Amino acid sequence: MRDMMALPETLTKPAAPLLRTDALGFTAAGRALIDGIDLCIAPGRTTVIMGANGAGKSLLLRLLHGLIPPSQGRVLWQGRPLDRKARAAQAMVFQRPVLLRRSVLANLRFALSVRGVRGAQRTVREAEALARANLTELAHAPARVLSGGEQQRLAVARALACTPDLLFLDEPTASLDPASTNAIETLIREARASGVTVVLVTHDLGQARRLGDDLVFLHAGRVAEAGPLADALAAPRTAPLRARLGGHLYLDTDHIPIA
Amino acid sequence: MDSFAGILGQAFGLILTLDPDLMEIIGLSLRVTLSAVAIACVIGLPLGAVVGTFRFPGRTVVTVLLNALMGLPPVVVGLIVYLMLSASGPLGVLGLLYTPTAMIIAQTILVTPIVAALTRQVIEDLHVEYAEQFDSLDVGPVARVGALLMDARYSLLTVALAGFGRAVAEVGAVLIVGGNINHVTRVMTTSIALETSRGNLQLALALGVVLLILALVVNAGVMAVRATAVRAAYA
Repeated sequence: MRDMMALPETLTKPAAPLLRTDALGFTAAGRALIDGIDLCIAPGRTTVIMGANGAGKSLLLRLLHGLIPPSQGRVLWQGRPLDRKARAAQAMVFQRPVLLRRSVLANLRFALSVRGVRGAQRTVREAEALARANLTELAHAPARVLSGGEQQRLAVARALACTPDLLFLDEPTASLDPASTNAIETLIREARASGVTVVLVTHDLGQARRLGDDLVFLHAGRVAEAGPLADALAAPRTAPLRARLGGHLYLDTDHIPIA
Repeated sequence: MDSFAGILGQAFGLILTLDPDLMEIIGLSLRVTLSAVAIACVIGLPLGAVVGTFRFPGRTVVTVLLNALMGLPPVVVGLIVYLMLSASGPLGVLGLLYTPTAMIIAQTILVTPIVAALTRQVIEDLHVEYAEQFDSLDVGPVARVGALLMDARYSLLTVALAGFGRAVAEVGAVLIVGGNINHVTRVMTTSIALETSRGNLQLALALGVVLLILALVVNAGVMAVRATAVRAAYA
């Protein structure tokens, strides 16, 4: 029997999960980095994934998005294995924005083109994305001369321009100042309000409280605790989450029993 | 025998008066070399980009092969092309031996591995940076290679420059397949070798100076373009 807490039904059996994992695992060099994760992402909610460095947060996100094939288990999109159609309904923003060596506008244009959006519709979407990210005046500037905050706004706007059903965000504000963080959070809230399901990895408890509906707390590649975020933070049931909320400076490799 | 300064002075005289023989040789050299580099880029850029972007069985072998072919001895290439194009060779019927086309073929064979191998390295490095974003956007193979080539364009200018340097300075292969025929296949490098052996040092030196200036101008041009791109954050 695995030493993990039973997951609440919002994260294991939502009415119609958008994304589901069955005993998801990933092993590298004989070490289980993700170990037997069963998870459901309900549509229309923001799920926050937290945990110490090395807990497997970013790796889990990549497995969920299909960027890395799992060693064990599977990821199901609306009940079916991940395929190109599923990928087209998802988007991901990385901690360090990956921008092409082109202008701001060309970065948007490239993403929309590969998603098959062309002509007038693409022009409209480009303008919307620029306005949403407050980058209209910088449309023709090289993307790589933008500030860190502007680059991340562009990355989020580019992802949203592809109109995903599910948006993965891997620590999108990790190196940003409070104002830039607020701008990114505003974009996430707007996306959420327009019906986009969000899965967000963050170390920022405040951000988790501001944006999250559900929490998945990872420890050593396993789900230590999961459930409605407010409940989990108000009454943590496991030692790793209690340690995190208590401000203890533990490493993921420290042997903290989950139960 | 004239002094070195005297020969140099006469050489510059030939250049400044746009000596017809000199201009003809320079023109043919540029035609052969630029054609070979252009063809090598058409073949080598996509080839290198594909090898640098995708994982496939035998990729390591292809990479090792491309790297090894960068050091192809020009005389060996010249000999092989000669055998192919000679009257008794499989392509002898085309009658290309001792023509500028034969020289372009030989130089293309020499330069293509250089362009492909260096492109592979440039594209592989860039793909490491872009791969996850491309995977996330589900960018198809053609669009992926196209985007990488587009975004690496300023680095690839240097790659083309390396190919140009190899081709323009090459003498062995073009001598064998071109024959150094006056007014037909005589290029700068073969002329320098011939005129030096004849003792016509003014023309040899003039050609040498032009060759150096060409290399300098092309290098400076490419570096200027690249520096501009770096300043504009496109490279």
